[in-house]
Amino acid sequence: MDGLDARVPEISPGRPFREWVTTFGALSWSGFRRFATYRQATIAGSFTNIVFGFLRCYVLLAVAAGATDAKPGGYDAEQLATYVWVGQGLLTVVALWGWTELADRIRSGDVTADLLRPVHPVIGYLAPDLGRAAHAMIFRFLPPLAVGAIFFDLYAPERWFTVPLLAVSILLAVIGSLGLRFLVNATAYWLHDARGPITLWTLSAGILAGLYFPLRFLPDWLAVTFWVATPFPGLLQTPADVLVERDPPLMQAGLVALQAVWAVVLLALAAYVQRRAEKRLVAQGG
Amino acid sequence: MANPYTSLARAQWRSFASYRTSFVVDLLSNVGGTALDVVAVLVLFQATRTVAGFSLSEGLLIVSLSSLAFALADFTVGNVDRLKTYVRTGLLDAVLVRPLGALPQLLLMDLPLRKALRLVVGVGVLAVALHVNAIAWTPARVALIVIAPLAGAVFFGAIFVISASVTFWWIDSGDLGSAFTYGGRDFTAYPVPVYSGWFRALFAYAMGFGFVAYQPAVTLLGRDDPLGLPAWAGFLSPLVALIAAAAAAFMWRAGIRHYRSTGS
Repeated sequence: MDGLDARVPEISPGRPFREWVTTFGALSWSGFRRFATYRQATIAGSFTNIVFGFLRCYVLLAVAAGATDAKPGGYDAEQLATYVWVGQGLLTVVALWGWTELADRIRSGDVTADLLRPVHPVIGYLAPDLGRAAHAMIFRFLPPLAVGAIFFDLYAPERWFTVPLLAVSILLAVIGSLGLRFLVNATAYWLHDARGPITLWTLSAGILAGLYFPLRFLPDWLAVTFWVATPFPGLLQTPADVLVERDPPLMQAGLVALQAVWAVVLLALAAYVQRRAEKRLVAQGG
Repeated sequence: MANPYTSLARAQWRSFASYRTSFVVDLLSNVGGTALDVVAVLVLFQATRTVAGFSLSEGLLIVSLSSLAFALADFTVGNVDRLKTYVRTGLLDAVLVRPLGALPQLLLMDLPLRKALRLVVGVGVLAVALHVNAIAWTPARVALIVIAPLAGAVFFGAIFVISASVTFWWIDSGDLGSAFTYGGRDFTAYPVPVYSGWFRALFAYAMGFGFVAYQPAVTLLGRDDPLGLPAWAGFLSPLVALIAAAAAAFMWRAGIRHYRSTGS
């Protein structure tokens, strides 16, 4: 991050936001580079995603083969296979599991260093997380999808706007996921040990995001409730549905809009919780 | 001076008791986790008539055997998957210099009391599964229903130890082990005919996952195995578990001997 210092950005009339964008970009790039150093873990993780891809794919294909109306949940066999492999790829992109960085820093007291930075803590975590997600898109999203395409028939999108819409949807999924992870980790401000809430999050995220089975397999009223009342389907189910074109175009775009609403709400909530926490924070250690 | 292992376990208990809210949430989430594994299978079966020729109640028997065996293994030896952290941070050195067994220490250093209630859920689901299936009880089948979850637990325990041992040779193996521990649990939750080709041959027979829940369930139900194994194949599960346990013991010893401190 050469040439950057801790100056508070000045908004000049000529080039507003320039410093802000530079800082944000530098933080994101550092997130990307950090994960680029864990090469072996990336290989091991992709292997695991691929094994799970095979498992889930065979199970869902067996469900499709045994179904009475030939389209369980409104998906055909190719769409279901694509759903599984995209889910395995996105799992790491949206960091569904294992992000305890903030909770660990709260417990150790390192979080006080975050408060000294001239960037808002939520932004200070969001920017590197987008870099991490960009790294995961290349090295964790593509490998399972490629293996899936070799061993199974996958669905190729037919609408021209599906791929750009998918990109937006994935970006919103990462932002929403960071907001949620921030909130879950922030419980450590009050509980000191966030293991319980993190387990609960892992569990609800897996089921409600549609990792274990597409939410459309549930009765309609239940699926709609999850979609509107919780932010979880926006993490995996929505991007996967966008890619396999499960819905007509208007609905497809509407689901992404819903993701955007949730992303804004979650970031605002994270900022609010952080403000409350700062008021009661006692730095531990000495 | 009490038995050192008891002291380790008590210290664990005290550490949980000091973060009470988090512990209770964790305990309940773990119960929910086991229940949801079963719910996931039910949802899939409900979306269709049969899965690979198996009905909902037969599927429930398979998933209940699988999840009880896994819960038992996860509770007792599941902790060993933290080994990779100990190796990377050098904490394993401290474990090895103590005059106690390395494996029991690792297991007691973080005894997952929060996973205890999972066993209750596992037994409950199995009882329901036995109730909804019309099983022609014979002494051999009664014995099998006791043996199968225990043998499955030994098998999963062996898989946990083998997966963890990989870290002795490959320090940054990360999530690799989950492919076989949690992946194995997911594999055994469904009838084996769901899978096909080399993937099925590898997981079900070469690695032995088919004998955790599927073969015992087929034997209990007294139905033909669509894949052609004889009706008594379910009784092979303790044998498969013993072979896995022997392999695990070998891997663990070789790993400990191979271990060189990361030196930091």
